Amino acid sequence: MANFLNQFFFGFYPYICLTVFIVGCVLRFEYGQYSWRSGSSQLLRRKQLVLGSILFHVGILIIFFGHLVGLLTPIWIFDAMGVSHGAKQLLAIVAGGFAGLMCLVGMLLLIHRRLFDARIRATSSFGDTSILLILFVQLLLGLSTIFVSLQHLDGHEMVKFMEWAQRILTFRGGAAELVAAVHPIFKAHLFLGMTIFLIFPFTRLVHILSAPVWYLNRRGYQLVRTKTTRAS
Amino acid sequence: MKVRAQISMVLNLDKCIGCHTCSVTCKNVWTTREGVEYAWFNNVETKPGIGYPDDWESQARWKGGWERKKNGKLQPKMGGKLGVLSKIFANPHLPEIDDYYEPFTFDYEHLQKAPEMKTAPTARPRSLITGERIEKISKGPNWEEILGGEFSKRSKDYNFEKVEKEIYGQFENTFMMYLPRLCEHCLNPACVAVCPSGAIYKREEDGVVLIDQDKCRGWRMCVSGCPYKKIYYNWNTGKSEKCTLCYPRLEAGQPTVCSETCVGRIRYLGVVLYDADRIEEAASVEQETDLYQSHLDIFLDPNDPEVQEQAREDGVPEAWLEAARNSPIWKMAMEWKIAFPLHPEYRTLPMVWYVPPLSPIQSMAQAGAFGEKGAMPNVRNLRIPMQYLANLLTAGDEEPVVKALEKLIAMRSYMRSKSYEGEVDETIPGRVGMTGQEIDEMYQLMAIANYEDRFVIPTSHREYAENAYDLKGGCGFSFGEGCGEPKHAVEWTGLFAKTPSKEKA
Repeated sequence: MANFLNQFFFGFYPYICLTVFIVGCVLRFEYGQYSWRSGSSQLLRRKQLVLGSILFHVGILIIFFGHLVGLLTPIWIFDAMGVSHGAKQLLAIVAGGFAGLMCLVGMLLLIHRRLFDARIRATSSFGDTSILLILFVQLLLGLSTIFVSLQHLDGHEMVKFMEWAQRILTFRGGAAELVAAVHPIFKAHLFLGMTIFLIFPFTRLVHILSAPVWYLNRRGYQLVRTKTTRAS
Repeated sequence: MKVRAQISMVLNLDKCIGCHTCSVTCKNVWTTREGVEYAWFNNVETKPGIGYPDDWESQARWKGGWERKKNGKLQPKMGGKLGVLSKIFANPHLPEIDDYYEPFTFDYEHLQKAPEMKTAPTARPRSLITGERIEKISKGPNWEEILGGEFSKRSKDYNFEKVEKEIYGQFENTFMMYLPRLCEHCLNPACVAVCPSGAIYKREEDGVVLIDQDKCRGWRMCVSGCPYKKIYYNWNTGKSEKCTLCYPRLEAGQPTVCSETCVGRIRYLGVVLYDADRIEEAASVEQETDLYQSHLDIFLDPNDPEVQEQAREDGVPEAWLEAARNSPIWKMAMEWKIAFPLHPEYRTLPMVWYVPPLSPIQSMAQAGAFGEKGAMPNVRNLRIPMQYLANLLTAGDEEPVVKALEKLIAMRSYMRSKSYEGEVDETIPGRVGMTGQEIDEMYQLMAIANYEDRFVIPTSHREYAENAYDLKGGCGFSFGEGCGEPKHAVEWTGLFAKTPSKEKA
């Protein structure tokens, strides 16, 4: 049974989540794009948002890209670069811990604002509040893995997760077995992480996919659209 | 030369009586929905005053519009593209709803349902955002109506720059005017420039600036970028909204709702042709006081055969060229030079222009206006200081405003001599560089202001071949949430549906 649960949560669940994530986002973009927005509440209350939002976003972006690069870069690249597994793990702990603390402070501000500011509470949907709390729990789990990681500084646990993620994304078998024996905190963190992908299309998180970085590439400033195709 | 047409508006402030009919009809049509209760696509401000939202004219505070860099290039005052993006997590220049006002309603039901009491029941205010009681309404739409509030607050008005304002706080020197405001549908819109999603655009056919509601992601940079603060963030849908110049009406050849319902007949709508290749050049002249002239310079004469030919080549339909030839805007802005852009120093090349208002003369004796037949008072003796109007309309250059007001006074004197004194004083038009015939024409357009003279809107866009197949089964104008009554934005997501803030009983 334990074996099956492990296989389900770390072998099958990732694919359920990714499927819902991709199909859900495509469908929402196609059929409900009007609801595709960041959902900013700055207009209603500036207090706590400026500091909270900046700390939260910068922190979580560092964490996100840290996970992305850290998990998905094949380990032989680090080996070839001469970065030992222990050193890589230490980097992850230090950078992740720093960004995590930033994010934590920002999030505490944002949660306080969302739950206790009358205007924000009144205009929050169930989705707005719950996604914030889910991210908060995920952040706490993530931060608490640091204490587990400090028990084994040689990086072999970390390599397991890299291998797991890479196997999942490249459709190779045997991924679930890799993480069968890791500390429960890691398992919880992995599970919640995948769940965030699962609910992603149904929340305001979709605005991440629209991060307007290509604005930097716009030629000039002005945009003109023609209403119709001109008759010649 | 690239000829483009724009539907442009002129408001004759000399005739505005501040009745707010434009604001109310606009609101009834466009912004009665939850999330934009606080928004007025059209509002009428009493000047002097800090306006709506607070202090909107002060770009030192709100960073709207453009600034000219040392190398002569224009850049949004919020910063270049990287600067704009860096504000995406929290925009330090975004007004809070309290800078507009917290929307409220009253407990009207209490008036009917109150039990028997010693005192008459009252309807107390309640916030439309939280549903909670507001003990004291500290701000509302049109808060400074007819010089409401202390002079010390109102006189923070940005247009008092270079004006010795203290004396205007005294009762006998006080002055006021109305300023109806709407989106300027600029030729060089700053909102378009700072929208990182590319959701805001200018329509090529008629110059209307619109927000694509599907593409808007709610980054809210446009709210800061627009120096006129005429883009409003809908806190319910998370999208920005703005004046559409009632484009569904324009397309049918009808005037905008605000123009149609203006009881003072102060609004004019017409086509202006301009050279799209020279927008940047016109917006980036060095001296702010030259911006009015540089704006005029890119307007193209619709009677010039060369312009007409180029316009046809650039796809401007014949009906639009004809409308441009009969455009009341062209007459007032270019021929008579009595209409001016609002705050040209923001460098957005606004396309809603204003005829400055006349005001009572300060002192009859000093002005020497009476007694002598046909004599005209000196406009510098008018109650509203010339510098004030110039700060509003020409970036501080008094001369064009003085000339315009002189023409308005000349029109009155001339018509008075003609219709009342029975003895036409033909010297009057010459004194302001006009002919009697021109004044007659001006009188017809400005004073009589017939419907068909005020609104010269090409009746159809049929020249723009529209692919009707795409419109099949569509629902015309909607707020992007399907047909019918606007619903809640994220309703379709079911479990995560947004619960509307309910009014508590």
